[in-house]
Amino acid sequence: MWDYTDKVMDHFRHPRNVGAIPNADGTGQVGSLVCGDALKLTIKVNKETDVIEDAKFETFGCASAIASSSILTEMIKGKTIAEASKITNQDIADALGTLPAEKMHCSVMGMEALEAAVKSYRQGGAPVVFEQQEEKIVCHCFNVSEETIIKAIRANHLKTVEDVTHFTKAGGGCGRCKGEIQKILDKVNGAETPAAAAQKTFAQMTVVEKIKTIEHVLEEDVRPKLNMDGGSAELVDLDGNVVKIRLTGMCSGCAGAMGTLKNFIEKTLKEKVDASLSVEQA
Amino acid sequence: MKVIYLDNNATTQCSPAVVEAMLPYFSEKYGNASSMHTFGGNNRHAIDQARQQVASLIGAAHADEIIFTSCATESDNTAIFSAVRSYPKKKHIITSAVEHPAIMEPYKYLEAQGYRVDFIGVDEYGRFDMQRFQSVLDEDTALVSVMWANSETGTIFPIAEIARLTHQKGALFHTDAVQAVGKIPVNVQETDIDMLSLSAHKFHGPKGVGALYVRRGTRFMPYLMGGHQEKHRRAGTENVPYIVGLGKAAELAQKRLTDGTSAKIAALRDELEQGIVAAIADVKVNGDPEHRVPNTTNISFGYIEGESILMYLNDLGVCASSGSACTSGSLEPSHVLRAMGVPFQFAHGSIRFSLSDQTTREDIERVLKELPPIIERLRKISPFSRLAA
Repeated sequence: MWDYTDKVMDHFRHPRNVGAIPNADGTGQVGSLVCGDALKLTIKVNKETDVIEDAKFETFGCASAIASSSILTEMIKGKTIAEASKITNQDIADALGTLPAEKMHCSVMGMEALEAAVKSYRQGGAPVVFEQQEEKIVCHCFNVSEETIIKAIRANHLKTVEDVTHFTKAGGGCGRCKGEIQKILDKVNGAETPAAAAQKTFAQMTVVEKIKTIEHVLEEDVRPKLNMDGGSAELVDLDGNVVKIRLTGMCSGCAGAMGTLKNFIEKTLKEKVDASLSVEQA
Repeated sequence: MKVIYLDNNATTQCSPAVVEAMLPYFSEKYGNASSMHTFGGNNRHAIDQARQQVASLIGAAHADEIIFTSCATESDNTAIFSAVRSYPKKKHIITSAVEHPAIMEPYKYLEAQGYRVDFIGVDEYGRFDMQRFQSVLDEDTALVSVMWANSETGTIFPIAEIARLTHQKGALFHTDAVQAVGKIPVNVQETDIDMLSLSAHKFHGPKGVGALYVRRGTRFMPYLMGGHQEKHRRAGTENVPYIVGLGKAAELAQKRLTDGTSAKIAALRDELEQGIVAAIADVKVNGDPEHRVPNTTNISFGYIEGESILMYLNDLGVCASSGSACTSGSLEPSHVLRAMGVPFQFAHGSIRFSLSDQTTREDIERVLKELPPIIERLRKISPFSRLAA
């Protein structure tokens, strides 16, 4: 039993824009029967203005795959090709409220189909099958390239192999590539995580290192818990040892906000970063 | 909305008669069955009766061959680790490729510990590869554990024959009979079975209680230690109400096996299966049509995905389950269907309907009415369905 949002269920029960546009100006395809999900997106584009006038989809997949495809067609209609190209998988997930972590790859599939459809349009309309950018395939069960994994790690701040599997499916089959995924994670996150700073005490860190360390803990230990209640937290400023946090989503304006800040976020930062830290609402 | 419950291989309703039998043992007769005083000690008689009821259901010669556990997973783990610890010099174990994770995971663990492990495959109908089994079975084999009936397809394995061959080579034989007990006649005395796992909630008993049959004379090492209960074979205070519930459920299940209930369930199952095959194109029935438990049918719907089918059925109050990847939290479809070589496009769209004696003709007719439009709707959304046309 998945915790699908009402929005996901609405788009699953009443999918918008089902079908294929005849003589489409752009056709993007991704996935296959073997993978368990597939999406074909067709778009009609005004050649003068570059505005997407119509979009239709056909999807083979679960409820969240159908919902992701359906909402994507709504999101891109009326946008120019340039505007639509900026849509990320996170935008699709956000538009649906949220998706269960294990289902994030459905939103990635939407983004990839869109990318392929845009490419198809730019190339004159012949259908384009989304292909992994690079030759190097990491996960052979689901045919996922290193490029896709790196992109997903960067765009979604992924930290663990499990995260990568949820977003890209890589590692979800036989699991043999999990070691390699960990290496990619280390490589991508190595530059961003405070590995070098780890040896220093908080007082010895540069301001940038301090901010990165705090941000790292917020991402690892704080946001996942807030996300469960539909909220999140942003690091706004660091003034000496005072961390200024803005609560967002369901947390903003929540009656328990002060408790969340002090009892949870401050406690976590004191534990994981430095005991001298205090948290204030920004 | 009326719930049409066709997921009885996942769990069943606890019969009201079972609940009634259990109730006095919560607040009234709450004593510890191991106590010296009669208030607690009398509960021993209730446990003895349940032991007799379970022994009777599976045809055990002696009631003390039944050990009560907390679930079939515990029974399975107990049997496997008891066998390998009892025969420490033997370093080979065998099972099938389509077992429940409660067997698969301990086997994989033992494989990582250095055991030689053979997972015997199945053919396209889910039938056990007897030839391959005989070719790998040898004097070094400590344990053969093969399920009696498959949870996903209902396929029944020739357990008596597998057990006989196992004994010829001097190995122990265990069967996970969770999906067989209560659905088909099971008689351990007539076979070479050394150990058998069962679970109450698969035949209208409560969740949280199971049993392990261990034939007298079988070497045994306990899995849980720390008490004298169950003759030192399973430590932990006896769960009196649940054991009583299992006993009552066993008694009722035994009646259903002989009073024509099984035939009635099989007839409804066949009506459902044939109705679906007749009404919907590009479907495939998975499993062995000749050797199958009476309540189960597993049907693949080509070009669409199982979770979507389930969710639309769910909106109509119909409960079933799927071997699709999306429903499991993993990304790969059912290991059972893959072991059978079911093509991916069919594995992803597989639905299991499992009936019980409570299933009515109206339930089946309702599903036969509601399902075709659902399939048609999803195929309209699918980019592949046109390939079928």
